[in-house]
Amino acid sequence: MIRIIPRLDIKGPNVVKGVNLEGFRVLGRPELFAPKYYENGADELLYMDAVASLYKRNNLSEIIGRAAEQIYIPLTVGGGIRSIDDIRAALRAGADKVAINTAAISNPRLIEEGAYNFGAQCIVISIEAKRVSDGCYECLTDAGRELTGKDAIVWAEEAARLGAGEIIITSVDNEGTGRGFDLHLTRLVSERVGVPVIAAGGAGCAEHVRDAVLIGKADAVCVASILHYGSLEAMAVAAYSEEGNTDFLKKKVPVTNRSDHGRRGIQPTSLPELKRQLAEWGINVRQSNRSKNENGSNC
Amino acid sequence: MKTVVIVDYGLGNLASVVRAVQRLGSRALLSSDPLELLNADRVILPGVGAFAIAMKNLNHLGLVEPLKEFAASGRPLLGVCLGMQLFMDESVEGGAHPGLGLINGRVERLQEFRESGVKVPHIGWSNVDAAQRDWNGSILRGMNIGDHLYFVHSYYVIPEQDADILATTRYGNNRYCSVINRKNVTGCQAHPEKSGEVGLGLIRNFLNIPTV
Repeated sequence: MIRIIPRLDIKGPNVVKGVNLEGFRVLGRPELFAPKYYENGADELLYMDAVASLYKRNNLSEIIGRAAEQIYIPLTVGGGIRSIDDIRAALRAGADKVAINTAAISNPRLIEEGAYNFGAQCIVISIEAKRVSDGCYECLTDAGRELTGKDAIVWAEEAARLGAGEIIITSVDNEGTGRGFDLHLTRLVSERVGVPVIAAGGAGCAEHVRDAVLIGKADAVCVASILHYGSLEAMAVAAYSEEGNTDFLKKKVPVTNRSDHGRRGIQPTSLPELKRQLAEWGINVRQSNRSKNENGSNC
Repeated sequence: MKTVVIVDYGLGNLASVVRAVQRLGSRALLSSDPLELLNADRVILPGVGAFAIAMKNLNHLGLVEPLKEFAASGRPLLGVCLGMQLFMDESVEGGAHPGLGLINGRVERLQEFRESGVKVPHIGWSNVDAAQRDWNGSILRGMNIGDHLYFVHSYYVIPEQDADILATTRYGNNRYCSVINRKNVTGCQAHPEKSGEVGLGLIRNFLNIPTV
């Protein structure tokens, strides 16, 4: 069964979206997004600390704690996880898994130690890959600022061998563009490693998610914009902290506004609608039990 | 208010199990104390990680005999994920390691991706299907056949007796046992505390088993 995992980028108390020329656009409060996604059928949630590399640490403990109280599905936390202590703190705060990028590349032993101490299923290695030549991809670290000279596919195999339970693969070139995933990259990784692979970054519509699974061979897909923008109207506009760039919310831009350059290419949808479409295309996804009860028998 | 002892033997993130139990109205006591375990109304044995290390920790903490005694007392005992695997006679993980022997059978590793076409660990939501037994009066009462629970594991149990198999799950081309039960001892390979409302229902059933 393919998992659909909404990703919430967190800055301070808010859910944000990095937009060119706008910095981080505030979209609302995580404690409103999380239960909504949970109720609507999210298979897991991913919280990324959007500015962890600036502060050299992950700052989400309170937010994780609140989410863990509201949802009963797995929660993965990433951004600025640098040590065994950071992993332990995140798990203690309520996370089920941690996503690690920069620290794992600079110290691969962290994967082994993390897997040994907490179990491989807690350790997700996040790879941000930039296309450098035909078919080749290089890893980026430090929130996309540093090229490492490390081949992304080779690194994925090594990470799995060292004990990673899962790999999240993001195409830096496609991320935030809404034009879809890098299917070649996704498939290369998924066919090469024996652990589950999560495609992340670039979804603009349901078709992109479909392709990530059917062509990219992803075992799970991480989505952000297509769900967040679809959620805004349903949530009270007043429900965000004044901190940060809140111009977008204050303008009350309609959901389907294509002239908003931050959302160009994004076709907002909801989790139930996305899953319904995926099922129609023959993809096995978990759907609301309510629809099953109509025909299902009670043992 | 009922008190559930959740065995703390140094493995895994217990907070979610605690939270789920509390959300359902019971008191959760995290403990590695044999006396507290023996005095509990009911016990949950959670766990993620390696079988061998788990048994080593349980032995080290002096919890092996108390767990066996608790099981023999007839009070409700629930094993989750690795906790369920520990109920078996032995596991092949890293050699041959003896388990608690509460349910006859062994633990084997899932086939690797190259052979099976599906990834290991098995991570995600999968259907829980009926075996030969009726779910009424069991921890799965109220669940529909085919309901989904959230799984994360690389090993699975093979009970010797079909009568101990309460539910099965398909992963790739293989169907294996996902819920075991013999009298008061129940094991769930999935994580009910991470399986949304369906999972909470399973835990609620466990909490509602009449006190012996």
